[in-house]
Amino acid sequence: MKKYFQEFFKGIIRENPTFVLVLGLCPTLAVSLSVINGIGMGIAATFVLLGSNVIISLIRNIVPDRIRIPCFIVVIATFVTIVEMTMKAYSPVLDRALGIYVPLIVVNCIVLGRAEAYAQKAAVLNSFFDGLGMGIGFTLALILISAIREFLGAGKILGHTLIKGFTPAFMFSMPSGALLVIGLLLGFFNLLKERK
Amino acid sequence: MKNKLIVNFSPHLHKDESVSKIMWMVVLSLLPVGAAGVFIFGLSALRVILLGVVSAVAAEGILQGITKRKITVFDGSAIITGLLLAYNLPPKVPFWFPIIGSFFAIAIGKQIFGGLGQNIFNPALVGRVFLMASWPKYMTTFIAPQNYDAVTSATPLALLKEGKLLEKFSYLDLFLGKRGGCIGEVCILALILGAVFLLLKGYISWHIPVTYIATTGVFAYIFGLKGLFTGDWLFHILTGGLILGAFFMATDYVTSPLTRKGQIIFGIGCGLITAIIRLWGGYPEGASYAILMMNAATPIIDRFTRNRIYGAR
Repeated sequence: MKKYFQEFFKGIIRENPTFVLVLGLCPTLAVSLSVINGIGMGIAATFVLLGSNVIISLIRNIVPDRIRIPCFIVVIATFVTIVEMTMKAYSPVLDRALGIYVPLIVVNCIVLGRAEAYAQKAAVLNSFFDGLGMGIGFTLALILISAIREFLGAGKILGHTLIKGFTPAFMFSMPSGALLVIGLLLGFFNLLKERK
Repeated sequence: MKNKLIVNFSPHLHKDESVSKIMWMVVLSLLPVGAAGVFIFGLSALRVILLGVVSAVAAEGILQGITKRKITVFDGSAIITGLLLAYNLPPKVPFWFPIIGSFFAIAIGKQIFGGLGQNIFNPALVGRVFLMASWPKYMTTFIAPQNYDAVTSATPLALLKEGKLLEKFSYLDLFLGKRGGCIGEVCILALILGAVFLLLKGYISWHIPVTYIATTGVFAYIFGLKGLFTGDWLFHILTGGLILGAFFMATDYVTSPLTRKGQIIFGIGCGLITAIIRLWGGYPEGASYAILMMNAATPIIDRFTRNRIYGAR
């Protein structure tokens, strides 16, 4: 049991996909405009990660090595399609806000990275917890980045104004602000790691 | 016994100059510009300048304290950043505006990279562009000069962009600063005064400013509003932040090329980008973006214009 906990927790801090592995930055940059988008993207990616990790771990012994990447992509694309259709049906607003970045989860480097680096070599349960941990780590990173950006760029958190009279700095709503916030957070986490 | 042999870079000439002395000289050369700005726009300009300088120095001290580096707030470089940032702001901005700008300029523009000499972008311009991107409303609200009788609120370049340049500014008015604009960019006379002082003292060379201004002028002349070779080049040189940028910001030692050839390339690049933004871009003025873009290109320019070592192939 302890082993599974380790697999689960490593994705959240020690091997956080955004701040330590520095994977999947394009959706992070693009959708971290508001916390709700960040949560939506995070949940979508977590679901895909979980599904693809489990399935790829199950088929890992029957997939020939030379065509493994196309096989993985097909598995991942299946889950992405499920997510996309569900989102279109039940949350069209979020679907519109995330736009092209939901179908693009297919080529998200976190998902393929975990399939390639972990799930194709590990047992099913391990892969399950790895996918869950990585997904939650990604979601938490997105929430952190988008909370900073939404607060500074729009003066709000989850759509609620926090401080009256605070004039938001529009730059944080722009791509340059996303790069700046992610860069500073990366530096900050590296500093913490060095101190340890 | 201590090793007394000191190995150092060439040139091995000793001169009574130091980084901080040059910085203070630049501060001195910038003072007439500030005085002119205060004279033209009134005391609110003075408030912006003081807040900008004080908060830049405070930011430098605080950040160097936090990162446990040597505190060098009196080497004058933070003062220059604060001054230049304030000169790049409109005279009537909220009180927190220069403070936030200075902190951003020093923190993100300079200390993040490791302090003076390490930064790749001109800190004052980083601050200005941050403010411009964040609160464009305040950055583009200009007031009319107060000690003249002219009534303008937008800058001449903004009027030109909107096609509303009905009353023509006389070149003398533009030269003396009788127009709306940022605190430090309007009075060309004071800018030239400071620039001549720096040039005579040899603290800056003519290469960047002259090629920069000339390129913008030539480009504006070629692509005039009424057809090729009809542009009002003198208008383009005298308006906007071109003179301030060319003499005081493009020539920043840290962020401009080292060799003369490189500096000429740098100046031409700045001039081209400024003219392109002014003539076809979305903003009325492009000097700050031009200088920042060329700052980013500086390492490449330096790499390809390295001086040949005497005797080497």
